[in-house]
Amino acid sequence: MTLLQVKNLGVCFSTHDGMVHAVNGLNFELEPGQTLGIVGESGSGKSQSVLAMMGLLANNGQASGEVLYQGENLLSMRARDLNRIRGDRLSMIFQDPMTSLNPYLTVERQMTEVLELHKHMPSRAAKTRAIELLEAVRIPDAARRISMYPHEFSGGMRQRVMIAMALLCEPEVLIADEPTTALDVTVQAQILTLLKELQRDFGTAIIMITHDLGVVAGLCDQVMVMYGGRVMEYASAESIFYRPSHPYTIGLLGALPRLDHQGETLTAIPGNPPNLANMPSGCPFAERCAYAFPRCNSELPVLISNPDDASVLRACHLKPAQLVPVGEIQHV
Amino acid sequence: MMFSKSKRQALTQALEHVQIERRSPWADARRRFMKNRAAVVSLVLLGVIAFLIVVGPWVLPHNYEDTDWSALNLAPTWQGGHWFGTDDLGRDLMVRTLVGGRISFMVGILGTLVAVVIGVSWGAIAGFCGGKVDGLMMRFVDVMYALPFMLFAILLMTFFGRNLVLMFVALGAISWLDMARIVRGQTLSIKSKEFIEAARAIGVSRRAIIFRHIVPNLLGVVVVYATVTIPNVILTESVLSFLGLGVQEPMTSWGVLVQEGQQKMDAAPWTLLIPALFLSLTLYCANYVGDGLRDALDPKDR
Repeated sequence: MTLLQVKNLGVCFSTHDGMVHAVNGLNFELEPGQTLGIVGESGSGKSQSVLAMMGLLANNGQASGEVLYQGENLLSMRARDLNRIRGDRLSMIFQDPMTSLNPYLTVERQMTEVLELHKHMPSRAAKTRAIELLEAVRIPDAARRISMYPHEFSGGMRQRVMIAMALLCEPEVLIADEPTTALDVTVQAQILTLLKELQRDFGTAIIMITHDLGVVAGLCDQVMVMYGGRVMEYASAESIFYRPSHPYTIGLLGALPRLDHQGETLTAIPGNPPNLANMPSGCPFAERCAYAFPRCNSELPVLISNPDDASVLRACHLKPAQLVPVGEIQHV
Repeated sequence: MMFSKSKRQALTQALEHVQIERRSPWADARRRFMKNRAAVVSLVLLGVIAFLIVVGPWVLPHNYEDTDWSALNLAPTWQGGHWFGTDDLGRDLMVRTLVGGRISFMVGILGTLVAVVIGVSWGAIAGFCGGKVDGLMMRFVDVMYALPFMLFAILLMTFFGRNLVLMFVALGAISWLDMARIVRGQTLSIKSKEFIEAARAIGVSRRAIIFRHIVPNLLGVVVVYATVTIPNVILTESVLSFLGLGVQEPMTSWGVLVQEGQQKMDAAPWTLLIPALFLSLTLYCANYVGDGLRDALDPKDR
């Protein structure tokens, strides 16, 4: 059985402007030890889809479809049963380490809470275990540090505390929502290496949400590219980087600044992401796409496997062969 | 290069001894509270007043209800043992002030305790649950607000007879309303913080989130507001007593004493000034201590 299976997941919010469909028809499967990257611009629905899986949507949010964890649907589960799984089998690292720890509780209290909740450990055993994990994420002097408050830690250390916290119960799935976005580059590298090592040691499956393609390249097996709440392309990391087959993926890769090409203007994808409350009837990317033709504006392309490479799923009316040359993307 | 080498050795040695200093949060809070001079002085003054109130009436030669016919309306004097003077019935003002202080302290502390316990739970639950629950709970608070307090107190007293417990019930019933509103507002802002989402993500139940994650974050506001509530409750008690609904003669409280003193402040100003001094000193000190506590208990501020 697959570890985590997401079937036709949709997320919509009822707002004053009407229903906003933040995520549509998301499908994927996750095997133990695998890493899935979800990339896309801000507002493409990356975060909302994982929040929906964890049952953490805002009050006006509604999730549809199925999220099967070992055959059990998380979306239709009672709160109490869901609480038993969250933090134990499925855990999550949040984007901003500065605000994800309770400022009024010591790190010890926050970490032991998880163990007492899920493993029913006595507090002393829980503390020992928490110190072990802090050492695993290389917090120096962990035994002493553990009784400190979050504000006594630096940003990178707090993110490590968050990771340690997420790993306390040795979860089978770790969801990392832009875990390195708020950190500087050197700390980013450390955190990513750490995640990779921990994944090796614990055999955890990771869902990594990011808008940093460098992170994807370094960590992920499979990559899902999202735009306007829909999946544009779903393929192996290798294929995404070397043989991108969707105009949006090509645009994203083209927009990466290159250190080895000096003096060049940065390439951008022209235009802005569509308003989710008022989605175009056709392809959400059509408006900004360099390859768009009339059909793109009227008909929504479905996510189907690439005729050239069946492991790649893409949502585009054009065939991959029609997409070259890449150079046609406008310079800004 | 010998020099720099020895220097480097000294430095590494020194660094080995540098350890991250761990401070217990309570010791830390105490240390910061102690640095706040106004708060410390206020705390000491409060302690002295509390001590006098508890011990004084036992030690002093007079009784709070005995009249001294030879000393009616006596101004403060060293002779005869009436250091604070006497009132128009010749009762020793010092004992009466201290005995009245017992009632006022008790009312202030218990009334505030009721306000904190009910107000914080009510406000936190309403704020956290939101939606219909919030609406219902806060409308109930509005209704209680709209109820004329005096009418409520009078009804209570006429139905169940006059006693001190009932007065606490009446005071408690109104004092938590403001607290509940303030706490709800704070809860709304804390609820949207990411660490609450993180707590939900690790599977903490709703009740534990409210009482373990949200309530500690309310501490600063609650402490400060509680110190404002103490004077309010003490003053409300004096109003009730004045209307004959609270403490009854010959028992007294600071509110009652001030009330009596105010009626004859031309003839016997000390009967107003002395209880008023105790009352205002206590209220001031409570405010300063509250301020100091708020600063000391904020873990971000160290």
